[in-house]
Amino acid sequence: MNILLILAVVFGTLVLVRLANVAALASKLSGENEEAEQESANRWNSIGMIAFLIIGLSVMVYIMNLYLPLTLPKAASEHGEAIDGLMTINWTVLFITFFITQILLFFFAYKYRYNKNRRSFYFHDNNKLEAIWTIIPTIVLAALITTGMSEWNEITKKSASMKGIVIQIYAKQFDFTARYAGKDNKLGSSFFRSITDTNPLGIDSSDAATADDLIAKELVLPKGAEVQLMINSRDVIHSVYLPHFRVQMNAVPGMTTRFAFKPTKTTAEMQKETGNPKFEFIMLCNKICGVAHYNMKMPVRVVEPAEYEEWLKTQSAVFPKEEAAAPAATPAPADSAATSMAK
Amino acid sequence: MEVNPHNSMAHGAHADEHAHGHSHDHHGHDHDHDHEDNFWSKYIFSTDHKMIAKQYLNVAIFMGFLAMFMSLIFRMQLAWPDAKLPFLEDVIGKWGKDGKLDPGFYLALVTIHGTIMVFFVLTAGLSGTFSNLLIPLQLGARDMASGFLNALSFWFFALSSIIMLFSLGIETGPASGGWTVYPPLSALPQAIPGSGLGMTLWLVSMVFFIASSLLGSINYISTIINLRTKGMAMTRMPLTIWAFFITAILGVLSFPVLLAAALLLVFDRSFGTSFYLSDIFIDGAPLDHAGGSPILYQHLFWFLGHPEVYIVLLPALGLASEVISVNSRKPIFGYKAMIGSMLVIAFLSFIVWGHHMFVTGMNPFLGSVFVFTTLLVAIPSAVKVFNYITTLWRGNIQFTPQMLFGIGLVSTFITGGLTGIILGDSALDINVHDTYFVVAHFHIVMGSSAIFGMFAGVYHWFPKMYGRLMNKKLGFIHFWLTIIGLYGTFFPMHFLGLAGVPRRYYANTAYDGFANLININHVVTVFAIIGGLAQFIFLFNFYYSIKNGKKSSQNPWKSNTLEWTTPIEHLHGNWPGAIPEVHRWPYDYGKPGAKEDFICQTVPFSETPESNTPHDH
Ligand code: HEM
Ligand SMILES: [Cu+2]
Ligand SMILES: [Cu+2]
Repeated sequence: MNILLILAVVFGTLVLVRLANVAALASKLSGENEEAEQESANRWNSIGMIAFLIIGLSVMVYIMNLYLPLTLPKAASEHGEAIDGLMTINWTVLFITFFITQILLFFFAYKYRYNKNRRSFYFHDNNKLEAIWTIIPTIVLAALITTGMSEWNEITKKSASMKGIVIQIYAKQFDFTARYAGKDNKLGSSFFRSITDTNPLGIDSSDAATADDLIAKELVLPKGAEVQLMINSRDVIHSVYLPHFRVQMNAVPGMTTRFAFKPTKTTAEMQKETGNPKFEFIMLCNKICGVAHYNMKMPVRVVEPAEYEEWLKTQSAVFPKEEAAAPAATPAPADSAATSMAK
Repeated sequence: MEVNPHNSMAHGAHADEHAHGHSHDHHGHDHDHDHEDNFWSKYIFSTDHKMIAKQYLNVAIFMGFLAMFMSLIFRMQLAWPDAKLPFLEDVIGKWGKDGKLDPGFYLALVTIHGTIMVFFVLTAGLSGTFSNLLIPLQLGARDMASGFLNALSFWFFALSSIIMLFSLGIETGPASGGWTVYPPLSALPQAIPGSGLGMTLWLVSMVFFIASSLLGSINYISTIINLRTKGMAMTRMPLTIWAFFITAILGVLSFPVLLAAALLLVFDRSFGTSFYLSDIFIDGAPLDHAGGSPILYQHLFWFLGHPEVYIVLLPALGLASEVISVNSRKPIFGYKAMIGSMLVIAFLSFIVWGHHMFVTGMNPFLGSVFVFTTLLVAIPSAVKVFNYITTLWRGNIQFTPQMLFGIGLVSTFITGGLTGIILGDSALDINVHDTYFVVAHFHIVMGSSAIFGMFAGVYHWFPKMYGRLMNKKLGFIHFWLTIIGLYGTFFPMHFLGLAGVPRRYYANTAYDGFANLININHVVTVFAIIGGLAQFIFLFNFYYSIKNGKKSSQNPWKSNTLEWTTPIEHLHGNWPGAIPEVHRWPYDYGKPGAKEDFICQTVPFSETPESNTPHDH
């Protein structure tokens, strides 16, 4: 391995010596005919400009054909489909702009290379032109802003509504835990000082809402139902990222964040759609959270509602032994689970 | 005064006649030669702005190469996660045991790479070099308003660099929480080893850095406001100076907020407060700090963080404006619109920070507001791009290395600005936030555009700094390899983001769906290596030319601005005689009727009846 290092140094030195020769030679030559040299530089670099434009754009299109199939499949959630649609509109606008501006830039660079018999066009102000390229982007952006904002409002309205199946995603270094709210659809309250080895989420066993809460190490969701994720962290900031559903929300210690969405395809359907029998959904941690950040994840499955109900039955309660003892009739506190958890 | 015989700017001589009673006359040149400069006062503790500029540049080049090495190491990890890289252990010691990069040290590398590139290279390196060099020279001042503060600014910067470098060598490793150092991760040594001593050093280093930046900025602002030569109205300043001016104002207004954020973090870490900490259970015990909010830190950080990206970009745009105009032999198109758009960008940059926080649980309405303000930034940006393109149109383009980098800057600015529009749209940002899409975006704008601006500046003003020319041929090779390397690295990266790959992952092994992306990672790393190697051409060219480059003439690029009226040999006070007076704007290139295709700012209209237009007076 030291050989490698030595080789690198030797090779580097050789290159440097070679460069020195080239440079010395070049500066000797250039003294003689600077103008001719600049003229040839102008020729070659302007050709470089047009070549870079043409080859660059072609390679770009080629790469897009190659790599786009590797990007995420079509969204598997309701709002995700809307986001994908919006993305398509945005890309269309951006690509048109991209092509126009890059072509103009490199083409002009190519076309107007120096010619000593010519003067440039002394043209330095034109209010009409400035107005055009202020107003057109403004109109286009106004359209993008309004469509984007209205989609954002749709998405966040749902999260604020507190409707849907309540599931807590509890993040810690370096895993996620899911807690299903059970029949009452209310999470029992929790507090970080109550955390113990046997109660890693610090859940309040005396809270009536706790009794039917279920704990899972896998996120299983019923297709077609609205899901309300209630997200917490107990140590550092993590991020709940479900790329196939276009869902992301940070897990922040000291507060509860939410994201509501509706899965529209089961895992089996996705396997068919992608032609990949091994396809699985995934939840990843997407905020740097420590050394094993890259390994923080939770498996995700979407199933038909009936299968979901069956699966729920097999999950364990938060406090299995006390389950029977917990009085089911006590009314839940008026404030939402979210506020009680946030204290 | 050493007047170059080939000097096409004979008009410089007129300066003396026009500078009657100018306020700077009295502190002329006579006392400059009284004392012999020794090595220490000339090279090390100099208060001369030109020397300080060179000091900044050299430190920035060193730091830049170091940060580049770091990136190559972690890029190799990402492309060949299973390979053993035997040289790693030699280079980084225990963190590369048996040729395997340690996952914790991966994060440390990413963190320090980002910190160095954003702050030490693109903030201090770019502004520190070119604001220092050009503000007095292009405005007709003998030096900065305060030479002492200026030197102090450099020395704080040097100290902060040394502390940052020192943190690389400590037992628990340097800061590893990402360059944005979000708490609680950065506040709790229990959470990651890098948040121990490494993070303390990071914070101390940044405190010095901020002090340096503030001293520098205050100096730039007061120099620009007070020390312009006679006739140098604000509306006759080159766009470089406008850019430095606006940048300095941004810095003065935003860096103190970063200092506040950092100090509160210091308190949380060392003095038992809990500004950013709440409800934390770590290392088997609940933390007594409670009641704070980690989100508060993000608000403070990005209140600096977003203006910071323009602190990085605006000077690059300013340098490019000058370089593109000079080399197109044509006035910059829309001088006033360029200033206006920079002012609008600067203003907007203070009210968009929330676009980094769409998915933090921030109130969705606030998110909408930030979408609105963020997308507005695209309008002045578009104006700038079209003005650059129109400047090229029907120009008479001299392809020098700096011109190539100037054009490259416009190209990457377009590309990165467009992906910014996706990211600024909160609904779309949900799925690409914190993925490689963001990494691609900001490397195209900062890692490419701003770096291109810096290279353009170095090639263009190298003769002003060292009295010699850099080799053009090597410059061309450097440019073409660099732009190919950069686009090859960062264009494919967008697809990783669109495939849902999170950033700051040591390896993409968590999810089987990422397995087929390894090809993209190969391509990215190979191009990164190409781009990295190309920088050695620059390094060689730079240091070789200092000693052996071709001697420059006084005004090698046939420019109009004042810095080229100073003698090639540096002297304290810049002009041996009186300071030249300014009579016109800096962009009279290719003026119809004029004898030559450029007219220096020092030439009065009375001498150019053949080219005067009705607006000239
Ligand atoms: C039209 C112009 C631009 C828009 C609309 C824009 C928008 C954005 C947005 C929304 C983000 C946050 C993305 C996320 O984390 O999800 C972002 C990230 C970033 N942008 Fe831009 N941007 C623009 C131009 C620039 C420029 C010119 C620079 C620098 C010179 C820049 C540097 C950055 C950096 C450094 C980050 C990432 C910070 C991090 O998370 O580490 N952007 N940009
Ligand atoms: Cu995590
Ligand atoms: Cu920003």
